[in-house]
Amino acid sequence: MNSTRRGLSALAGGIALPSLARAQAQPIEISLWFSLTRPLSDIVEGFARDFNASQTRFRVVPTFKGVYPESLAAAIAAVRAGNPPHILHAAEIATATLSSAPGVAKPVQDLFQEAGIAFDADDYLPAIRQYYSTPQGKLLAIPFFVPTGVVFYNKDAFRRAGLDPDRPPTTWSGVKEAAERIVAARAAATGISTAWPGMLQLEHLLAFHNQPYATRGNGFQGLDAELVFNNPTAARHFQNLADWQRAGLFKYGGRDFNGDSVFVSGESAIHIAASSVQLRIQREANFASGISTLPYYDDVPGAPVNSIISGSNFWSLAHPRRTADEYRGVAEFLRFITQPQRVFAYTSESWVLPNTRSAFEYGRAQGFYDRTPDALVAYRQVTKQEPTGNSRGIRLGGLTEIRSIVEEELERTLQGGQTGQQALDRARTRGNQVLRNFERTARR
Amino acid sequence: MSREAAAREPFGEAVLPWLLLAPQLAVTGIFFLWPAAWAFWQSFHISDAFGTSLIFVGLENYVLLAEDPLYRDAVVRSFVFASLVAGFALGVGVGLALLVENGARRKRVWQALLTWPYALAPATAGVLWLFLLHPSVGLIGTALVRADTGWDWRINGTQAFLLVVGIAAWKQVAYNFIFAFAALLALPRSLIEAAEMDGAGKARIAWSIQLPLIAPTLFFLIVVNLVYAFFDSFGLIHALTRGGPANATETLVYRAFVDGHVNHDLGRSAAQSVVLLVVVAALTLLQFRAMGRRP
Repeated sequence: MNSTRRGLSALAGGIALPSLARAQAQPIEISLWFSLTRPLSDIVEGFARDFNASQTRFRVVPTFKGVYPESLAAAIAAVRAGNPPHILHAAEIATATLSSAPGVAKPVQDLFQEAGIAFDADDYLPAIRQYYSTPQGKLLAIPFFVPTGVVFYNKDAFRRAGLDPDRPPTTWSGVKEAAERIVAARAAATGISTAWPGMLQLEHLLAFHNQPYATRGNGFQGLDAELVFNNPTAARHFQNLADWQRAGLFKYGGRDFNGDSVFVSGESAIHIAASSVQLRIQREANFASGISTLPYYDDVPGAPVNSIISGSNFWSLAHPRRTADEYRGVAEFLRFITQPQRVFAYTSESWVLPNTRSAFEYGRAQGFYDRTPDALVAYRQVTKQEPTGNSRGIRLGGLTEIRSIVEEELERTLQGGQTGQQALDRARTRGNQVLRNFERTARR
Repeated sequence: MSREAAAREPFGEAVLPWLLLAPQLAVTGIFFLWPAAWAFWQSFHISDAFGTSLIFVGLENYVLLAEDPLYRDAVVRSFVFASLVAGFALGVGVGLALLVENGARRKRVWQALLTWPYALAPATAGVLWLFLLHPSVGLIGTALVRADTGWDWRINGTQAFLLVVGIAAWKQVAYNFIFAFAALLALPRSLIEAAEMDGAGKARIAWSIQLPLIAPTLFFLIVVNLVYAFFDSFGLIHALTRGGPANATETLVYRAFVDGHVNHDLGRSAAQSVVLLVVVAALTLLQFRAMGRRP
């Protein structure tokens, strides 16, 4: 905290001169629409408060605009009405939507360059930078709240089942065996659960096994990409989930974060979720929990590579009438919130990735990772290696709809209506139609 | 109009009614006609989320809907859903009204208690029941799971559908109760007393005297309930199941919302809105007929 304050006053001192000259002028208002509820919204509001206190030229006004789909819809309506917010806080799934419409967003790397502010995009962890960059490597948005998929497990249940609570399984066959022992020993009602099924059980699964989700480099190279996720690894996995569910080893907890309650309530003992769920587990679970890497199929050659990321970022939205001063304000604010100590403070608090190398180094120098080695699990998994074409991310228009389609078809499989292969084949056909629609309307 | 009349009425006979109507006409125009016209126009186009591109595609959006087996399922599901909700809500609401009117002591207390659920917003009602019936954290839900009933609407489509039907109906029972109760109170006492003197029991009186006499109210309620189930259940579905699992609770309105608001496919969503507009028009026509008015 002390260091944060020191950084703050140093920054305030740095821009004291120009702000004196404009002391009489009204501050330029920078609107920021965000999508986090308490307690995480405190982070965004804290950014604005600290930034506004650090200078007088700009005033950032944060506004809560509902959860991600709602704030995105609001921003789209605002763009159509010719009055977009300066900064939009959006989810990873909206990346293609925001980046492929001409003139809607100004890539942050351009923003910094035009404002003459030094900015090192390479400071971002490669898996994060690439997910949010153009194929040419230009960073589109400032990564903010970026978790990756990990495994949480119930150490108490492991103990009750006679499993070593310090050695969680790392492969899917190991996870299945552990689940069998847990259920047989009645150490928990069920073995395995998952949050975000479409994202974690397919997007993350394929990336972790270095297999493509779509052609054209998972969509990075062009809008004419086609889905190819119906491969044997994914089909086997979907079928496994259905078989495990029938055997009582897996419990489906719904879409989005709804599956988290299956683990937090103690019903399941092995849970695949975003690393940031640690916060909720700490608060609500009345058992000892551990964190581990995502499971993989050990007969898939080359697996695992690094895991991909999810989460949210800050976009600088563009408008023809927007002045250079306004863009400058956006750039100053984004620079302000990417100071290493600030990034470290909020990311370590919320159990997301430290975003930048400098923030990670800062945290290490503070001794954070010695005290909290669990926080290293997600970091190591994402930085395991330089991302491959399959593990840098997914850039597909209509990914929201494609993810829903995958979840619908997975649910149909879990209901016993079709095999894992049929689910993925159908999801592919339906999803490709979404991609073709997007391509048709995005071509210009 | 004579000169004298014009002098007496400064606005003139033709102007004043229009002035008085103007606010209502403006509201109707801005919030109903204009968006409806826009939806109609949009349904013949496809565009990207931001409206930067706009391509005329003729009837393609409608053809795609007609060809989509999931949409056809949603049509059938919506009608089944609306019938079940209207049936349950009406049956229970009118039944309770008959019980309270014909037998209960402390009518005022029953009346107040049975009216309460109507004060809840659909989304609030959804969250309330969600907390009770959730298989992992709900009070009733976990009890059902422990009793080995296989209760899990997160993956069981039939259960999810019945859950949404049940909660939607529960919320509407109060409305039906109020209207049916008021209609029963308005019936002349003498008819019922005459039936009693003839030796009819309470059930017989309810079936042969009271229900036929409140038939106009019942018909009004049927239409209102159908409209409610079709359109107002949206908030409930959004809070409870989001149309899942595997489309089991996806109704026409919910799907139009998802395609337009979440998937940003405005053309397809607009085409669905036009289809819904036809449904509303049919229901409204039915209502006008029932109320004995000309549309």
